[in-house]
Order: sequence, then C-alpha cells, then structure tokens
Amino acid sequence: MNSVGTVTPQSHHFAEPLALQSGATLRDYTLVYETYGTLNAARDNAVLVCHALNASHHVAGVHAGQDKSEGWWDNLVGPGKPLDTSRFFVIGVNNPGSCFGSTGPMHTNPATGRPYGADFPVVTVEDWVDAQARLLDALGITQLAAVLGGSLGGMQALSWSLRYPTRLRHCIAVATAPNLSAQNIAFNEVARRAIITDPDFHGGHFYAHGVVPKRGLRVARMIGHITYLSDDAMEAKFGRELKGEQPGYSTQDIEFEIESYLRYQGDKFSEYFDANTYLLITRALDYFDPAHAFGGDLTAAFADAVCKFQLISFTTDWRFSPARSREIVKALVDNQREVSYAEIEAPHGHDAFLLDDARYHKLLRACFDNIARESGAQHV
Amino acid sequence: MSDRKDMELIAELVPAGSRVLDLGCGSGELLAHLRDTRQCSGYGVEIADANVLACTQRGVNVIQLNLEDGLSMFEDQSFDVVLQLDTMQHLRNTERMLRETARVGRIGIVSFPNFAHWANRLRVASGRMPVTKAMPYEWYNTPNLRVGTYADFEVLARKDGLQVLDAFGIQNGRAVRGWPNLMASVAVFKFQRG
Repeated sequence: MNSVGTVTPQSHHFAEPLALQSGATLRDYTLVYETYGTLNAARDNAVLVCHALNASHHVAGVHAGQDKSEGWWDNLVGPGKPLDTSRFFVIGVNNPGSCFGSTGPMHTNPATGRPYGADFPVVTVEDWVDAQARLLDALGITQLAAVLGGSLGGMQALSWSLRYPTRLRHCIAVATAPNLSAQNIAFNEVARRAIITDPDFHGGHFYAHGVVPKRGLRVARMIGHITYLSDDAMEAKFGRELKGEQPGYSTQDIEFEIESYLRYQGDKFSEYFDANTYLLITRALDYFDPAHAFGGDLTAAFADAVCKFQLISFTTDWRFSPARSREIVKALVDNQREVSYAEIEAPHGHDAFLLDDARYHKLLRACFDNIARESGAQHV
Repeated sequence: MSDRKDMELIAELVPAGSRVLDLGCGSGELLAHLRDTRQCSGYGVEIADANVLACTQRGVNVIQLNLEDGLSMFEDQSFDVVLQLDTMQHLRNTERMLRETARVGRIGIVSFPNFAHWANRLRVASGRMPVTKAMPYEWYNTPNLRVGTYADFEVLARKDGLQVLDAFGIQNGRAVRGWPNLMASVAVFKFQRG
C-alpha cells in the first residue's frame, strides 16, 4: 500500500460573493484544497471527497516535515488503494466556516476589519456544496466521476446529487442520514452549550481577548466521542479498567480508563479546533433535511437525482444508524434510481467509516473499479 | 441458480424490459443475465456480505437486507417481476414472504427444491433423509428451514389467493411438465395476485 506522499495544500480566492441559504452572503472567501492523482485529458476522472465535522481538505498523504500528518482518509485514498489515485483525480476541499484554512470565523470580516467570530454567517450543507461546485468550475471540471463522503460528508454527497444532479455520475454516501434525529440534535446542543457557557467564549469574540474556550471544546469533544463509539467497542477497549491499582475514592480525579481517554481526546481537540467552527458545523448537521422542502417526503426530494448511488452503513453505528441509510435507499428505490446498499457488520460504531475494515474497503474498491471501467478512468 | 440451464429456464419467464426485484439474489448472476440479454433493470436483495460484494463486482444493484424483516422498503406493485429463487426454503416466515412477493411484484416467480421428487421419496422410504444436488445437506446441518413439495405449493397458492400463471419442474436442466411433483427435483411457479 502506497501513500500519495508529500502533499501541499492549494488555495483559491473567490471574489464573487456566495449567496447562502440563510439569505446572508459570504462577501469574498478562500477555499483551501488538496488534489491527488492526475486529471485525465477528458477531465472525467475526478472524485470529490467531502469531509465531516472535524476533518479537512487533507484527505491523504503527509505534509512535509510533520510527523503523523497522514490525511484523515489515508487508508482509503492513494495509489493502489480502494480509491486509487493512479486512476482517479481526487479532490479534498476545506469547507467555509471550518478552521483549517478556508475562510472561517477566525478570519477578518471585511465589514468590520475584525475577526468574524460569532458574526460568521451560518453555513449549511447546501452552501458548502455550492462553494465546492465553484471550486470545480475554477478547476475546469464540469462533471465528477463520483462524490464520496461519510457522516456529514455523506450529507454533502447526497446534496450534490440534488443540487447538481448532472455534475456527478456516482454518489457514495457512508454512515449518513437524510436528517438528524431529535436525539442527534440534542447531542449537538449539549456540545454547543458547553462551548457557549465557557467564560472564555466571550459571545464568540474570544480572539480579541487572547483566550480560547478550551473547557467548552473539551466537553463538546467528549460527548461527541461517546456517540462515535459503540457500547461494545467502548467496553472492549476500556471496560471498567481503573487508571490506578486501587480506587482512589475521588469524585474529581480520573478513576476509570474511559475517563482518561475522553479527557485526552478533549484536550487534544481543544488545542487545534475552533469553537465557532464547532458551533457552525454542528448547526449545518442540524439543518440538513432535504425532505423538508417537500413536506417531509424524502422520495419527492430525490425525484430529480439521476446519478448512481452507493449507500453504506455500519451495524453498530447508533449515531447514524442503518435504519437512517435505509430511508435514503427506499426514497431512491421509490424513484427507480440505480442504488446499492451495504450494511457492514462492524463493531466500531460511527467511527467505522474511517477505519480500515476489510469488508468495507473491498466493497468501496469494487465500487471504484466499476466507476473506473465506466468512465475509462484507467491508469493515467 | 448456479446451473446455467436452470437459470435460462427461469429467465425465459421474465418479460424483456422488466423491472425486477430478485430476493436472495446470490452473486447476482441471474440479474446480470437478465440485464445483458433481456434489457431488465432492478435490484437484488441479499443478506450475505460475500454475495453483496460479488453483486457489486458484477455491477449489479444490490440492497443488503434481511428478508425475515419483510419488504417494507418496497411499495405495492412497484416491480414487474419479483423473483424468489432457491430462497423460500431458507426463510422462517415463508408464507408472509410469499404474500409480500405478490404484493410488491405484478408477477412473482419462485423456485425451490421439490421434496416429493421420486429420488427423495425413495430415500425417505429407505428410512433416511434425502441428500441430493437440489438439497445437498444432511438433516443436521441444512440451512433449509422449510421443506415442501410441488403439490404443497399449489395448495398454499390457492390458500393465499394467488393465481398460478405457469408452473413446471426442472430436472437436469430441462423443464418437466409431466408429473412434475414426482419427476422434478426443483419446482418453479409463476403467479400473480388473484
């Protein structure tokens, strides 16, 4: 298995304002992206990979001089890997509102000359897809071989099939849902309250105060992390293991290994993630609901989709459960669309979509082999 | 449905250009055949990971579902043909699946091992359960939850108000229309809601 090697992010500035779903506009903005592989002469072998909550444009490869800088989907994307960069031209884009280089709340608001902070406009999955489409325009790609995404990335892939039906031939949506359930929104809300009530948040304008609401970010990440793992996976990994030899009979110190793990994840996250971005991205998750404009009728929502679909879910994923993927499959079957659906038996919960599970990766490999055969995306 | 001749006999029952749902589609061989030779479209339904992968590798649309959970994903009369080949005998709720097949498809086609084939009868008469090409298992490891006969199915179809459009047996890759309950190891029925 080869890596795409050292990669360098690129950026593109858009002077044309982006009209947002909320009615607001993003006056001008920059998108940071990476590409792997070569765009063929027919320009028809491009695959867009959409990122989820805490990831970025850095899908595969490493950044020069940085240890452990492998992209977040490096196990899937590379030469000879299931999404084979010797055949496909793979694009990762950092969405606006994020905190990895594309225009976000930490950047200067041209209207005030100060960082956007809490004034960064609310962005939706649809807004991101529109921004991605503009980047493709700039790259001279009129039609994608496929859009691939997991979780929130899967929502973007689905949205692509609705907003730009003829600009993609395949939609591969993994561990995703047609909208968030009340329980899911509830988890997001707990995370947001943790951030907003952190005294260092300063109503979202903490940059000016030279502080970061790390406590809120930690708790937000902790609760998120619980929902990404299955009960069984957590039990297998931590069980009731104590941190020390004996219970310390403390209400505040770390007693159990699971606490240690969650605090570690929270600490790590609070070092690199932006609090306003966390609010924006969880809100984008909450708002996604393509059936809403059709009176809740998902079948009607997918009536205009024309690409081929592959849906994948994982049996122990309770945050984006198989039942939610089956709703999407049903809507597509009702519309007589080309759709396949695999329900992978994996113990890891929602996290499974990022892991190197043999059945999952073999299936994705088969999907991309078919896509390559159809589009003539042979070795370029 | 690994036998090409058996497959061809069943494919001939499917009108060209049909929208097909193949319940328990295995590796997707028949669906690929129907797509390539009869311009059919549709989906296979499978539970086994290996078969889901095989279908994907063939470029056949496949939906991974447990048929025991029912066919709520599919609307009434939404397919021209629903196939249930060599599948029925593996299901606990055979009768419900038969009704579901008739609900979802304008035409249903089922095939299953005919327990009343003369070779099976002889084996049972000798005091042992049959182990044959159509039923290649011992009594203690068979995945077949239901064993029935060609004649039994006729009774069930009548009970459930299904109108049999065509029925025959298959033996050694040939259709058997005379005494199928005795002469064929596989039973095939094509039916619609009465």
